[in-house]
Amino acid sequence: MTSAAQALRTQRNKALPIGGDTHDIMTNSINTLNKEDAANAAREVRKRRLQAFLFVVPLLVFLVFAFVAPITTMLYRSIHNPTVANLVPDTLILLEDWSGEGMPDDSVLLQFAADMKRMANDRTSGQLADEINRALPGMSSVTKSTARALRRVEDEDIAANGATILLEANKRWAEAATWRAIRDAGPIYTSSYYLTAVDLERDRDGGIVQRDTQIYVKLYTKTLKMAVIITVLTMVLGYPLAFFMAHASSALANFLMVFVLLPFWTSLLVRTTSWIALLQAGGVVNSTLMWLGVTDEPIELLYNEFSTILAMTHILLPFMVLPLYAVMRGIDNSYMRAAISMGSSPLAAWYRIYLPMSLPGLSAGALLVFIISIGYYITPALVGGTDGQMISNIIAFHMQVSNNWELAAALGSLLLVLIVLLYWLFDRFVGTDNLKLG
Amino acid sequence: MNDVETETFLRFDNVKKSYDQKNLVVKGFDMQVKEGEFITLLGPSGSGKTTVLMMLAGFESVTSGDIVIRGKSINKTAPNKRNIGMVFQNYALFPHMSVAENLAYPLSVRKMPKAKIKERVAHYLSLVELSEFGNRRPGQLSGGQKQRVALARAMIFEPMLILMDEPLGALDKNLREQMQFEITRLHKKLGFTVIYVTHDQTEALSMSSRIAVFNDGVVQQCAPPSELYERPINAFVADFIGENNFIPGKITSVRDGKATVHTDGGDVVTQVSEGLPASGSCRVSIRPEKLFIHPTTHAHDNALKVRFTTRIYVGDFIRYYFALPDGTDIIVKVLNDLSAPEFEEGEEAQLLWLATDCIAFA
Ligand SMILES: Nc1ncnc2c1ncn2[C@@H]1O[C@H](COP(=O)(O)OP(=O)(O)OP(=O)(O)O)[C@@H](O)[C@H]1O
Ligand SMILES: [Mg+2]
Repeated sequence: MTSAAQALRTQRNKALPIGGDTHDIMTNSINTLNKEDAANAAREVRKRRLQAFLFVVPLLVFLVFAFVAPITTMLYRSIHNPTVANLVPDTLILLEDWSGEGMPDDSVLLQFAADMKRMANDRTSGQLADEINRALPGMSSVTKSTARALRRVEDEDIAANGATILLEANKRWAEAATWRAIRDAGPIYTSSYYLTAVDLERDRDGGIVQRDTQIYVKLYTKTLKMAVIITVLTMVLGYPLAFFMAHASSALANFLMVFVLLPFWTSLLVRTTSWIALLQAGGVVNSTLMWLGVTDEPIELLYNEFSTILAMTHILLPFMVLPLYAVMRGIDNSYMRAAISMGSSPLAAWYRIYLPMSLPGLSAGALLVFIISIGYYITPALVGGTDGQMISNIIAFHMQVSNNWELAAALGSLLLVLIVLLYWLFDRFVGTDNLKLG
Repeated sequence: MNDVETETFLRFDNVKKSYDQKNLVVKGFDMQVKEGEFITLLGPSGSGKTTVLMMLAGFESVTSGDIVIRGKSINKTAPNKRNIGMVFQNYALFPHMSVAENLAYPLSVRKMPKAKIKERVAHYLSLVELSEFGNRRPGQLSGGQKQRVALARAMIFEPMLILMDEPLGALDKNLREQMQFEITRLHKKLGFTVIYVTHDQTEALSMSSRIAVFNDGVVQQCAPPSELYERPINAFVADFIGENNFIPGKITSVRDGKATVHTDGGDVVTQVSEGLPASGSCRVSIRPEKLFIHPTTHAHDNALKVRFTTRIYVGDFIRYYFALPDGTDIIVKVLNDLSAPEFEEGEEAQLLWLATDCIAFA
């Protein structure tokens, strides 16, 4: 009887939507904001946004000036080269009608001779010499000597028989290849630096082919390989150290931390040169080995891949140890104890429990070390010799020695793309949510 | 004698522990545990409870003495070979595994076939009423749910012994009581042996078969809850377990296991603790709920003159504060019913109780 009455009551409640509605209306009028409340709330939000913005402004400004701007310039530079177009614009226009086979018209030669004289007087012929020389080795001196020869010739003479004078100055002006080089260097926007950066070039018909000298792909591969080796070495050395430190008493851990951080407190140059002192032919290691009679002659330890990897592992070790330590410090030893009490051997417990729990630190460390080492410059430059050079060394070479900033920019951009790609892969397969940087 | 020997499942033989090779943290721990018992280690912070548990589990070495299970010393047995389940205060659930994987862990370590593991995990999940939660990560559970998973994981491989170190320490009062009930239920149902560590004496009293009261690395008394409460062996235990009044006095005579003690509020007759001298000063220990305020219908053979100080309304009972002439505070608990009397401050009153409810300690 009672339950029937109850059922009836619930039914009636359900059948009375009006009651529910009035209730809703009441709560609505209480729960929603009136005009004044809304204005206050909006002001509050604006104020908080402004505060947040002011906090990040310094970082933003710094980022724009020190990072976004230079990198954009670099990207632009790698495809933008107006040098030739600015130096010989009229010659390039005339060359457009040339088929690319045989000699161009005399009008082209005439125009070029006139341009050449002007450049000789402006002292800009050297720039052209550099540009042509990149495509056609040996053209640098040809261009420069021709410019010197043309400077003394009268304008009327050039206008009359500039072509002959040009051909007399150097016989390479009679080769179609020379003119192709000038024509191909003409476009303001070019992909040729990227092609060069991956050891490709355009052939006569504009098809993409392998270059004769393969340098950069090999260098990228070697850089990647070295970065992987260095990352693995820092893992192997850093993991047990971080483990020990994380579970030692805090006094001992702090003491060891000083040794881990010591490299940070000494100049990079000092650290690297100390490796030179250790490894060179008359250095500590070799003298010890010879004194022990292990070897009669000094072993080549320096200026090769080995020394680069060794020194970089040492220098980058803190970047592995610090995130690992931070993560491991947070892993209570009750987890391992729980696993062991359930019958796991310590090694199995480590593998199935501790390792997955410390993985965020391990992957953060690995990512840091890998990315830093892929673009590392100073250590390979100092102890790498020719064998231990990495991609950043060749970029520096093109910026400082060969003066080919465009190629340097293309190589640098590719490096950036490579790093971003690897980070993306990492995010895809390991996940950056898992990352703990301290 | 032989019977006792076979019945003893776990035995501590004069176990000592020092961490620093100088000071003993556990000083000669002796205890015998029967199979299926629920033993609680109770004691103040730093008294060595966790240390005893860790030695039993094998995570700390035994400095001297023997821990014996079923007649065999386990001092040299590796912790993963001891077959002892553990529940940790922080649960220690593996965060990268689901609840079901957590439960399966000890079984997969034992190379149990997959189908059987699944069956057993399902069974234990239902046992702790978490059947729908098998696929969740520990991070997605509430504190009480985590605790139940930890409990199930410690039981699932059917260890002979389960150790719990303050398993309910992180829970609030309600959940705590619920989990106490849960643990007791499972213990009764499955019959495993438990060594339980807690700070909370009500928890100890309500759950245990026997309680070992620890102080300063020594077991003061190991007895069933009622015995511990009614017949504490010394003043420390009397004070540590439950509330207590200590009335200072001088022993005037000891006869037939009863002593007469002269106190500031009059002479009282008490029971005698072990080793009480025939004369000299002593303290008479009496529980607040065993005291009655005059007039009363309860039987009594002791009376004490006191002055009313104040009373505190607690809810289900009222706590009265009285003082002896020498200033000693005496607390009386009275049920919150019509009989609860009213007093003026400083008014004289008389407290009454039975001689068998109090005991004198040296
Ligand atoms: N690993 C250790 N190294 C040195 N001393 C320790 C270590 N663990 C515990 N102790 C010391 O041993 C004593 C007993 O510690 P234990 O942890 O067993 O106490 P407890 O009874 O469990 O205390 P609590 O109730 O606070 O958990 C304490 O004085 C403590 O400082
Ligand atoms: Mg403890």
